[in-house]
Amino acid sequence: MQSSAALEYDYSVAKLYMWTAVIFGIVGMTIGVLIASQLAFPELNYLFGEYGTFSRLRPLHTNVVIYGFTVSGIFATFYYSAQRVLKVSMGESKLLNGLGYLQFILYLIAATGMVISELMGITASKEYAQMEWPLDVLIVVIWVLWGVIMFGLIGMRREKALYISMWYYIACFLGVAMLYLFNNMEVPTIFFSGGVGAWYHSVSMYAGTNDALVQWWWGHNAVAFVFTVPIIAIIYYFLPKESGQAVYSYKLSLLSFWGLMFVYLWAGGHHLLWSTVPDWMQTMGSVFSVVLILPSWGSAINMLLTMKGEWNQLTENPLIKFMVLASTFYMLSTLEGPIQAVKSVNAIAHFTDWIPGHVHDGVLGWVAFMIFAALMHMATRAFKREIYSKSLLEAQFWIQTTGVVLYFTSMWIAGITQGMMWRAVDEYGNLMYSFIDTVSVLHPYYTIRAIGGLLYLIGMFMFAYNFLMTATAGRKLEQEPQFRSPMA
Amino acid sequence: MFHWLEKNPFLFSVGVFIVIAFAGLVEILPNFAEASRPIKGLKPYTVLQLAGKEVYKKDNCIACHSQLIRPFKSETDRYGKYSLSGEYAYDRPFLWGSKRTGPDLHRVGNYRTPDWHANHMWDPKSVVPDSIMPAYKHQFKNVADMKTAYAEAVTVKKVFNTPYGDEIQPGKAAFEKYYKTIALPEALKIAKAMKNKDVLAMVQQGKIPEIVALVAYLERLK
Repeated sequence: MQSSAALEYDYSVAKLYMWTAVIFGIVGMTIGVLIASQLAFPELNYLFGEYGTFSRLRPLHTNVVIYGFTVSGIFATFYYSAQRVLKVSMGESKLLNGLGYLQFILYLIAATGMVISELMGITASKEYAQMEWPLDVLIVVIWVLWGVIMFGLIGMRREKALYISMWYYIACFLGVAMLYLFNNMEVPTIFFSGGVGAWYHSVSMYAGTNDALVQWWWGHNAVAFVFTVPIIAIIYYFLPKESGQAVYSYKLSLLSFWGLMFVYLWAGGHHLLWSTVPDWMQTMGSVFSVVLILPSWGSAINMLLTMKGEWNQLTENPLIKFMVLASTFYMLSTLEGPIQAVKSVNAIAHFTDWIPGHVHDGVLGWVAFMIFAALMHMATRAFKREIYSKSLLEAQFWIQTTGVVLYFTSMWIAGITQGMMWRAVDEYGNLMYSFIDTVSVLHPYYTIRAIGGLLYLIGMFMFAYNFLMTATAGRKLEQEPQFRSPMA
Repeated sequence: MFHWLEKNPFLFSVGVFIVIAFAGLVEILPNFAEASRPIKGLKPYTVLQLAGKEVYKKDNCIACHSQLIRPFKSETDRYGKYSLSGEYAYDRPFLWGSKRTGPDLHRVGNYRTPDWHANHMWDPKSVVPDSIMPAYKHQFKNVADMKTAYAEAVTVKKVFNTPYGDEIQPGKAAFEKYYKTIALPEALKIAKAMKNKDVLAMVQQGKIPEIVALVAYLERLK
């Protein structure tokens, strides 16, 4: 273990995923700004004919930012930090490194297939699980490969105890595997139809209410195991590393981890409140959603307290800014979610823009901010160069923060306005508004949201430029920095 | 406290798996059989309606429209009777949606007509002046994928015992027969009600455009 100083970590696979994170970030967020603008200015639906409508592009946006940007970020940080916390280099095993390359190539193929099939409207139509069965099979292969590499590295490790980040990566692997398999159980029609129809088409194994239950068990927990669990893995590694501070409390991290694992899965029912699933499930979904505040805030507070006594770093280091604000947004988002999961609130909030508002304060403020910070931290070590521009990072931080705030505040107002208008009655008990009234009233909020999204996208471009310049033109570093990433 | 567990990745992973698998078992399994039962008198979708459901999926109507009427007076006043679990028994996948940028459609067949739909999909503003919905003109040109819809009917009949009659059989010959004797006449009826000459001409030539299938599906939502 003490020989680790001599260990030369191999970042070749990590670097590939860093680039795809940046590229998919640009693509996914550009589509996001386009569809946000379409709601404010419907003429924008006709830019690309059949392929450019809001409805066709919306799943493309969600899939590219989730499975492109976020998952690339998760793989990049995994291939970078797993080696370091396990004290073993990918370069020590030609097999594992080879599998890493293979996994990346298959990932690119799957991502390309995903983009093309969704543009063509080939879809299983389940939210965040739109891909048809051939791509599902490919994704299972990619995921299994990741598991082989993860447990291969664990098998070779020199550091006996698994660091907190590894707990979360393992949970991400297992959780997504279980959820993905069960939610995508589908029967390819070509095997039964006697050669009639499209080969890629399938029907869901579940129907109606059952399908809804399984889908939201997935939909909710995909948020858990893609947007939460691995992102916590990232912050547990990168915040202590960048700040040079020890994690505040081991016990708190234990409590938060096992609490999160147990509680999260129950809460999926909150997507189906007032639907046709049994009442007791709905109540379970509500109750566990509220309990979920505990482990969520446990992690976030643990991270914030890690900065104890070192708050001056917040003013000096933009990467710390990104990570501390990310923890704060995580707290906001995990408080807002349970509020929306209370049945009486959900009666107003469900089906409205408050929901995408909630999602975006989580993903823009928490997930993407963590990935930006981790990518820059890794860039200095993987490319052995100084960060190209500190001031650009600072500017990005403020522009994007403004964007997020515009986004969620406008969607809060839009959602609550719409929810209240749908149920408003006059003195005789008749509905006061026709549906279209409740659409027209949202125009200003849709416009503000599109502007917020645009600001965030501008920040994404600034980041991409900064990252590219860091990797290619940043000042060369003689020695690997121990903590704070050097920046010009 | 749990330090021993962190040194044993295998047990650790087993522990995580048990803890996360628990909730799904308790919440999904107990009600599974009951939630699979259809309400009395519910018929499976015709192949034309299934093709329409595929158009609904392809153009991703669920991005903006729900099919779930919640048990509130404000919703039953606006959309009709609240939704029942058994009404969805043949919906694979379910299409409840999660966002109402536009109104709910679960009972749209009760209060809209085929020609209203035709006008609406061609140019939403012609019937709802302030609408922000895009026009879906390509549905009037693209031919509906009846083969895949037929394949779906064959599959659900075989695998899930969905109660289709003998007209649904595997193979190309069975499809051709079904298409000519059942699907085309059904499409013709819809096309006539849509009052659109081009659409009617297309169906009379034996081709079913996506819009006819979609309207057949929307008409079925009652």
